Amino acid sequence: MAAEGGHGPQSSGDYIAHHLQNLQVCKVDDAWVWNQCAGNPIAINVDSMFFSIFLGLIFVWIFGRAAKKASNREPGKMQAFVEIVIDFIDSSVKDTFHGKSKLIAPLALTIFVWVFFMNLMDLIPVDWLPELGLLIGVPYLKVVPTTDVNITFGMSIAVFCLIIFYTVKNKGVGGFISELTLHPIAPPLKGPGLIAAPFIIAFNFILESVSLLAKPLSLSLRLFGNMFAGELIFILIAVLGIWQLPLHFAWAVFHVLIVTLQAFIFMMLTIVYLSLASEEH
Amino acid sequence: MDINMTLIGQTVAMIVFVWFCMKFIWPPIMEAIEERQKEIADGLAAAEKGQQSLDKAKAEADEIIGDARKQATIILDQANARANEIVAEGKADGIQERDRQLAVATAEVEQETNRAREELRGQVSAIAVASAEKILQREIDEKAHEDILSKLAAEL
Repeated sequence: MAAEGGHGPQSSGDYIAHHLQNLQVCKVDDAWVWNQCAGNPIAINVDSMFFSIFLGLIFVWIFGRAAKKASNREPGKMQAFVEIVIDFIDSSVKDTFHGKSKLIAPLALTIFVWVFFMNLMDLIPVDWLPELGLLIGVPYLKVVPTTDVNITFGMSIAVFCLIIFYTVKNKGVGGFISELTLHPIAPPLKGPGLIAAPFIIAFNFILESVSLLAKPLSLSLRLFGNMFAGELIFILIAVLGIWQLPLHFAWAVFHVLIVTLQAFIFMMLTIVYLSLASEEH
Repeated sequence: MDINMTLIGQTVAMIVFVWFCMKFIWPPIMEAIEERQKEIADGLAAAEKGQQSLDKAKAEADEIIGDARKQATIILDQANARANEIVAEGKADGIQERDRQLAVATAEVEQETNRAREELRGQVSAIAVASAEKILQREIDEKAHEDILSKLAAEL
């Protein structure tokens, strides 16, 4: 398959560029435009949205079905599997997050399974779904949602909002502000050193703001970077033609590890950030 | 790589999925898991209790069997003693009976002997008289010597 795809002669560069192009739609001059949206901030990556929501629905369907049919007398294999996953998440959350929250554990479960499913799309051979899309008239198709920075950012922004929410909820607005300004260097509040306090507070504020903003940024960019690089290497391997087979296999096996690990890291860091937000130092 | 509205869409989708998971997935499964844990703990406790009562019942049964064995030994001993007694009694009875029958038989034999002797004596005296008669027919008058003859017969 590779470079000799079913749509005319094509250079490797074109092939790779085609694989990295999202199916985009945006509104220009009151008309919906497809794939002419470079740099347009109100464009939507239809393929990323479709696959992420589709995979989210699969998650909801599998786990919801297990939850609905949960029985103690005759637990099915699916229920047992779902319980293993939930137990794993639950113990991870309990190890890290010591407060009481009805949200953290389901949040962690959703993040882990959803990100895992989205990452898993990487293991589908890179040409299958895009070629299928071409057959039904879809010009571009990027099947791995987590290789779209919008997707990872979207999730980390939700986590960021939760971090702020939990900080304010557990420490109050004052606590949130003091966390941003009174650490790591405590400003002198009386005596002759008082004159230095504004500078120290400004310094603290810059430092703490960066560290706060770095949390969602690093969370999303870590996942995006790993998955994008993995996808790119799959595409590069696909360019090789017939020699891709052993390489593809080896990379796919290795990638199973990355897929799981990145989903786990995203989940674990979310829990850690939220437990930091709700605990006193 | 462009940042666009997909970001907002993904955030909304995530909020919806997390909400759904929090409402409809996590609680029932957690409940099922906890219920199972409780059931397993209860089951193990019940099994332990059953084992204990089984041990107790076994000990009781052993005790009862021991008692029964002891009782059986006592009964056996009694039976043996009784049997010996009965045999001894039987032996004594036998000896007594034998002695009695022996005595009866001895008496009968003696009686017979005496009668036979009497008879023999009569016959001998008759024969003696007859032979003496024959000898004396010619010389002795029976009447004259009758007293002598009867005296003779009595003496015999």
